[in-house]
Amino acid sequence: MWNKRKEEEYPPKQAPAPQQSYSSAPTMSSSTAPTYTPEAPRGMAVIGKSVTIKGQIYSQEDLTIDGEMEGSVELKEHRLTVGPNGKIQAGIKAREIVVLGQIHGNVEASDKIDIRKEARLVGDIKTSRIVIEDGAYFKGSIDIMRPGAAAEPAPKPPATAAAPSQPRQQPQQQTIAAQNAVK
Amino acid sequence: MQSQVRNSNGLEQFFYSLQGRDNLSILDLSIANQDNVTFITNLGHRIYTEDVIDSIDEVFGADKEMQSNPVRIDMFLNQALNFPENHFDGALVWDVLQFLSPTAAQAAVDRLYHIMRPRSYLLCFFNANEKIDVVPTVNYRIRESKTLLLSSRASRQTNQFFNNRAIEKLFQRFESIKFFLTRDSLREVIVKK
Repeated sequence: MWNKRKEEEYPPKQAPAPQQSYSSAPTMSSSTAPTYTPEAPRGMAVIGKSVTIKGQIYSQEDLTIDGEMEGSVELKEHRLTVGPNGKIQAGIKAREIVVLGQIHGNVEASDKIDIRKEARLVGDIKTSRIVIEDGAYFKGSIDIMRPGAAAEPAPKPPATAAAPSQPRQQPQQQTIAAQNAVK
Repeated sequence: MQSQVRNSNGLEQFFYSLQGRDNLSILDLSIANQDNVTFITNLGHRIYTEDVIDSIDEVFGADKEMQSNPVRIDMFLNQALNFPENHFDGALVWDVLQFLSPTAAQAAVDRLYHIMRPRSYLLCFFNANEKIDVVPTVNYRIRESKTLLLSSRASRQTNQFFNNRAIEKLFQRFESIKFFLTRDSLREVIVKK
């Protein structure tokens, strides 16, 4: 019990006072930014807000990105959390994705994607379940994956293709999707 | 923020028209919200959301003259309605056209014609009260196939008043237009390509 893993890094959306931690908009000055300090429980990696990464991330544990990332992110069986300071320009694949910051790129969550208030996501989404809080900005398409659905590449409009670094087609995407139940 | 539940025969007719067809692509020109995403994806369709009001503000700003500027209109179309030809089976346009200048509104409708498939449908709302030129900007949230929850974002000046004749002229390239009488000051229109 002492080592019980902390499952939820972020309070659920009904949490009484989330504002003081991370929900206020980040400012240009990091010193005046809200005191969001992602903890790293066992089994979760954290990329802090002063870190910038260009390239590919492949993780076999839950990951929080609160810095900047450009390239691709893959956590097939795990959860990705984009912290309030996180800015990602990448194609993303994960089991579950929680967005509090910004994502520009196509996103695939085999289980669930949760776009929180103040978050910003521009790109196409494939997922089994989705939650969009009021106040979140989303531009793109949402494709709900049904259990047993055959892999079919969705026709993609160019409107949300502004992220040039990541291709919209993601070849190995359907294998996990078919195993997951729809809400 | 004030909210109001409203029955919409236009909405019901819109989804009735798409009945029996699966895996359609539906364009929703309001701010992304959970209700619309859930409703449309539960029907087995794919939803595309595009907050056109946000694009209007971003591209044209507060200066109304900008809405007559061809360069700005192009920018607006490329930002808000940049989709391939014949891409959508249905579009929930809501009331956004009335916030555009006549030139910009016509350009937007022409672009919609381009990106909609044959046999596709548009649902549009227009303020029906000629005496009012400031109307609330509303988020349209689909509760049921004929019920909407309207939540106000802010008030905004309309750029033009659309009577039936003006609406027919706006959509003259489309195959048919159907008007729905309502008891309030919203004119509901279904347009078929």
